[in-house]
Amino acid sequence: MQTYLVANQDVGGAALRIGRRDGRLRNPTQRIYCRSTGEREIRGIDHVDVIGQRALLAAVQGSPGNMSIFAPASPGAHSIVDLAILTFVVTGLIFVIVEGVLLYSVWRFRQPRVEQVGEPPQVYGSMPIEVAWTAAPTLIVFFLVLVTTRTLWDVEKTPPESKAGDNALFVTVIGHQWWWEYVYETYDGRTLGFVTANELHMPVSDDNTSRHVYLTLKSADVCHSYWVPRLAGKVDLIPGRVNSLMLETKEPGLQLGQCAEFCGAQHANMLLRVNVDTPEEFERWLANESKPADEDAAVVDGKANFLTQSCVNCHAVRGTPARGTYAPDLTHLMSRQTLASGIIENTPETLADWVRDPQAVKPGCLMPAFGLNERDQKSIVRYLLSLR
Amino acid sequence: MSSLVEQPRSIELTDRPADVPMNMGWTAQLHEWLTTVDHKKIGIMYVVMSIVFLVIGGSEAILMRWQLFYPRSKVLDQDTFNQLFTMHGTTMVFFVGMPILIGIGNYFVPLMIGARDMAFPRLNAFGFWVTLFGGIMVYMSYITGGAPAVGWFAYAPLTSTTFSRGAATDFWALGLIVSGIGTIAAGVNFIATILGMHAPGMTLRKVPFFVWTMLWTSFQILLAIPPLTAALTMIIFDRQFGAHFFDVPNGGSAYLWQHLFWFFGHPEVYILILPVFGMVSEIIPVFSRKVLFGYEFMAAATMGIAFISLSVWAHHMFCVGMGRMPDLFFAVATFLVSIPTGIKFFNWLATMYGGRIRFASPMLFSFGFLSMFLIGGLTGIMLGAAPFDFQLSDSYFVVGHFHWVLIGGTLFGTFAGIHYWYPKVTGRMLSERLARWQFWLLYIGFILTFGPMHISGVLGMPRRIYTYDAGHGWEIWNQLSTLGALIQAPSYAILVYNLITSLWKGKPAGDDPWDAWTLEWMTTSPPPSYNFEEVPTVHSRRPLWDLKHPEDPDWLYE
Repeated sequence: MQTYLVANQDVGGAALRIGRRDGRLRNPTQRIYCRSTGEREIRGIDHVDVIGQRALLAAVQGSPGNMSIFAPASPGAHSIVDLAILTFVVTGLIFVIVEGVLLYSVWRFRQPRVEQVGEPPQVYGSMPIEVAWTAAPTLIVFFLVLVTTRTLWDVEKTPPESKAGDNALFVTVIGHQWWWEYVYETYDGRTLGFVTANELHMPVSDDNTSRHVYLTLKSADVCHSYWVPRLAGKVDLIPGRVNSLMLETKEPGLQLGQCAEFCGAQHANMLLRVNVDTPEEFERWLANESKPADEDAAVVDGKANFLTQSCVNCHAVRGTPARGTYAPDLTHLMSRQTLASGIIENTPETLADWVRDPQAVKPGCLMPAFGLNERDQKSIVRYLLSLR
Repeated sequence: MSSLVEQPRSIELTDRPADVPMNMGWTAQLHEWLTTVDHKKIGIMYVVMSIVFLVIGGSEAILMRWQLFYPRSKVLDQDTFNQLFTMHGTTMVFFVGMPILIGIGNYFVPLMIGARDMAFPRLNAFGFWVTLFGGIMVYMSYITGGAPAVGWFAYAPLTSTTFSRGAATDFWALGLIVSGIGTIAAGVNFIATILGMHAPGMTLRKVPFFVWTMLWTSFQILLAIPPLTAALTMIIFDRQFGAHFFDVPNGGSAYLWQHLFWFFGHPEVYILILPVFGMVSEIIPVFSRKVLFGYEFMAAATMGIAFISLSVWAHHMFCVGMGRMPDLFFAVATFLVSIPTGIKFFNWLATMYGGRIRFASPMLFSFGFLSMFLIGGLTGIMLGAAPFDFQLSDSYFVVGHFHWVLIGGTLFGTFAGIHYWYPKVTGRMLSERLARWQFWLLYIGFILTFGPMHISGVLGMPRRIYTYDAGHGWEIWNQLSTLGALIQAPSYAILVYNLITSLWKGKPAGDDPWDAWTLEWMTTSPPPSYNFEEVPTVHSRRPLWDLKHPEDPDWLYE
């Protein structure tokens, strides 16, 4: 499986350079964000990058940074692109014709060109002409209604019931102020019943088998919107309502997105990551996630420390008394690539930074800095690092 | 007819309204302005207020563009940024867009229909002051430690006390309720004035086109603003008195707010554009030297837009999961608006076609309006295609689209109107040289600011994010946008400079500098407080044409 981070080689380079130019490299967020993956060292980052050009190139060339709606990776996103191209063509033609007539008129009838004594002939209107240019847009509207209806029926489907042998994954997504909770319900009719956060894993479809993913979308607090542009159009998560969204793709790897409905201070940093795994990888991941947390004798005092601190009021670790539901489930924290809903890479250093002062990494987020002493902090981080 | 024939006046070069004594001290002047019920003075105050708020709202936009220039930039923190876009949107819609159009309408509707004032002069003054106080109240939220950070459409339950602590959101909601009362007052007043005070002979089929659009705008105001007032009152009740309108855990509905807000919010867009349609429908004929093509169809199209716009609101809500049939209904309604809008567009082109076009500043801005509004309309069609909107909604594409409509449409059209009518209001011409600088800086800066937003939106950039990661290909487009904003900024400074210095530097305008055809050009510039010595009698849509061409008057053809 490809395990990309957002900050892959090109992108990291661009961000790093910008950081330097601003003299902001010392900022912990910046440094963490720019920390290289293995690939960056191989390719090097040291040639001059004109403000983000290489990043753009990387996006165009199909790096995981690409979030263009015109690079669809699912049947639903494809049919939207088809509709988009149709409307582009129709509106493009209207644009060329009308703007053309406008420019021709102002050029042809501008004053120094038209030399006339007295006023030009006054034309008050013409019924046939009016009827003609009422009918023309009406026909265009009729055409647009037809293609819109077709696509609408194509992409908005009521989710089926889960049953054995359907190869379908059912996940409930709950939007929280600035992170995503995923409750894995069933896969292929098997009940799963575990909770994870921020990184969705789903199986890839192939030519023989469609593996649909049905998301049930809810919100725990304010309105959010689920948007992974290459996989589907966005659907809002609204408190008091239940929405649904279907994902399916034949493209393994990472798909990125982010919350698209303003939801408060850290709306900008409520990122979405969808890992599209091969069926085998996905089964392995499911098997790991379904287990309760690892017990490691080496971190027993870290665990005790974690359980006595206020961490447990919000976080859950399955198999322990920690059952908080306000914050991400930490049972398999280290199986995730990122922290803080996708804004920083998950490494021992960034995890320590996060535990020390989340506000420095994601200002305004709902986890306060607890002011733990160095020893408690280290032991808690050691415990968290054991949660694979 | 006789009253018209007597009219040609000697061109008086007056610096001030004829009835204000030359030796009036500044305190007396101030008293005069504060207590005035003259529709012209109130109109001027509306416009001045809007321009002040335009500068404030524009500065907010520049700060946001500065922050977004680099990915992960730290110029502004998240709270400041979120407050800025809330205030920017609120300011531009409620304290720039609406008051500037209401102000111009206030000044010119009575003049264009041959009336001596608005129907309810005191209500008129009340409406202005209440609108101004509403604006001040919204900005007073800063004294509570920060402006609201909920966005101008303030989706519940983000506005509840749980998620928005402090009093900023209360100031915001109260300020908008208060200014909304002023807007409703203006709407009532326009309707009463237009229906009840038109000159003898000026039937509703003969009113100038700007007046016609103001009439329908006013009906929209009456239908759209009260739901907003109700919804804002619900917010206040939820926040202050423990009500649960939008409080989901206690049986309220967050979804309800969206319907209430957009039931106001979409007609609002047409409130901001219909008067501008009216302005360019006055300007294009005068500067093309041709009568407006297809007046009846234009009039019907205006009504069509006013009606259809009441049933399109939920196209802002395609992503909330309404289901296929509601999505389809609102998509179809949205597409339908393009038919009357298209009719208008074609009629403007037909008016220009075969004319003799003078590119003075009002026409230049009208050209800006025509060439840019078209694009905003067409991207609107893309957004109306519901499934396409699933991708585009709440992305920067939307930001690009509505700025294209509101700047490319409303602002260019309003500037056309300001350049057209400034000579009437002040008796002086604006500097054409400065107007051209303003136009081209705005035109180029505007395209450069908002064009790239369509691309960053398509590349997956959501709106209202205070920062973003490198690597999605968004950087260059954001940098171009910021550059465009910097090019635009001086154009507004030039406008303000031109408006002020032309008061004494401008060439004397005379009564009718553009050789125009509607009644306001019959009286002096500036008009006396009573507008017309004798109420004129009209026989056609272009009374001054009839006067200037007695051998070939319009009423022979209408």
